Amino acid sequence: MQLSEDEESALKGGYGETIASAYRILLAIGEATEAKKLVPIKWAHVSGINYNTIGDAGVEFLEKFSSGAKVSVKTTINPMGFDRNKPNNLSENFVRQQMRIVKSYEIMGTTPSFTCIPYEIFDIPKKGSAVSFAESNAAVFSNSVLGLSTNKESALSALASSVTGKAPYSDLRIEEFRYPKVTIRPEFKLVSELDYGFLGYFAGKVVQDNCVAFDGITENPDMIKLKSLSAAIGTTGSCGMFTLGKFNEEVISFGKEEVNAIKDELNTADDGNFIILGSPQLGIYELNLLADLLEGKKFSKHCMIFCARAIYNSATQIGLTDKIERAGCEFMCDSCTCLTPLVTRNDVDSVITNSVKGAYYLNHSNKIGVALRDFKTIVKEYTN
Amino acid sequence: MSLKINCRKIVGGNARGKALVTKQTINFLAMVDTKRGAINDRNHELFGKDMKDIVLIFPNAVGSSVGAYTIYSLKVNGVAPVAIVSINKADIITASGCAISNIPFVDMLETSISFLKSGLEISVDADKQIIII
Repeated sequence: MQLSEDEESALKGGYGETIASAYRILLAIGEATEAKKLVPIKWAHVSGINYNTIGDAGVEFLEKFSSGAKVSVKTTINPMGFDRNKPNNLSENFVRQQMRIVKSYEIMGTTPSFTCIPYEIFDIPKKGSAVSFAESNAAVFSNSVLGLSTNKESALSALASSVTGKAPYSDLRIEEFRYPKVTIRPEFKLVSELDYGFLGYFAGKVVQDNCVAFDGITENPDMIKLKSLSAAIGTTGSCGMFTLGKFNEEVISFGKEEVNAIKDELNTADDGNFIILGSPQLGIYELNLLADLLEGKKFSKHCMIFCARAIYNSATQIGLTDKIERAGCEFMCDSCTCLTPLVTRNDVDSVITNSVKGAYYLNHSNKIGVALRDFKTIVKEYTN
Repeated sequence: MSLKINCRKIVGGNARGKALVTKQTINFLAMVDTKRGAINDRNHELFGKDMKDIVLIFPNAVGSSVGAYTIYSLKVNGVAPVAIVSINKADIITASGCAISNIPFVDMLETSISFLKSGLEISVDADKQIIII
């Protein structure tokens, strides 16, 4: 990768050690993706906020990093470990370390968004704009649905882009790599968002390329389906984009057998102690849907909803959160399902969720059993 | 007799250690215990294996973008691999994690090393873009 004179000097420490380390990251990922140069980006979205995901090493790293650099482009950040406005029973250590992380990002000048769905909250730059999104669901969604261009960045590469304002010109930032080399065709009608989640989980596992096509989907998938698909692709793979239609001679079939294999892996409980919704965090579309489905009903089990604070505030203004809370739901802002410290093996054996991504991390990281049901079935089965 | 294989440097440096080989991808965030440096996913073929001081030879990282911090945590906790070799094309998670942790990282081997078994001593000289078995 060719660096400009200024970039070369930054790499050598001309702007301090923090900026130099950011350029070392950009150089490594530029080499890995065979970039010829760095290009300016319009927006960075950084992951690695939840203390459960980055640990003490991450806390120390960010404290040092934030003392040496400020963000140079709009930078939004992923969810943290808990809701800042609610009491929790987390350890003092967790809360202290989490707040050190929050402070570091504040010092750097990031927007305290604490969301994994920045694409539903902030103004979207014009189509084709280069951005740098860590958080796999956001990268896949932004490439596939919004026409933004980002590689599937890591927490550290998006951080490097946030302070330099640059990212390698490679892979999904180049038009020709945004064309799928593999097409997958579901052999059955995808009905719920859970079906889309299974498809994404499968695609992530089998596709090595940047972009995958899904053939035979005749409907226009709604927001809940698109989010479920994006999140699941991001969970299992390195693929950062999907498109609908048949683009290749060779087609990989996705049938009931493949779905059953995923269910065997992720659906590890028949039922759960309570319900978790929000991986990715729920947006206004899902909250509207939920409020409608819950009309005149009450949940028979506790239902925890992970939601960005900005979404919660908007939903409150239009009367949605009231309706949903009255039906027995509890909102958790600032945080999300993945590696949440709020749900542990000490509290529960298993939970019910509609998220394939959530099921993967609840099983693997939280070591909790998961009963997978789609959104509508959850409301039908667990309300009266 | 030693075998020399050309490769491509992603992150420089050189190191020697026992190979730990897998054909399965790794979601670092979900599958690795950063305190012990062990793979803790029961479904992974490296389940229970330690990463400390080994040369990790694997296809590529998948899944969570936070996996880069997992690699860094392994390094800070003293249980990281001494070098990493990607059998497929190097990925962004591993490249950025290695860059910040000063772990030599290479990919694009000129010949397949599918014959290589875990436990064999190998050297990775990323600066000279060569692996010596």
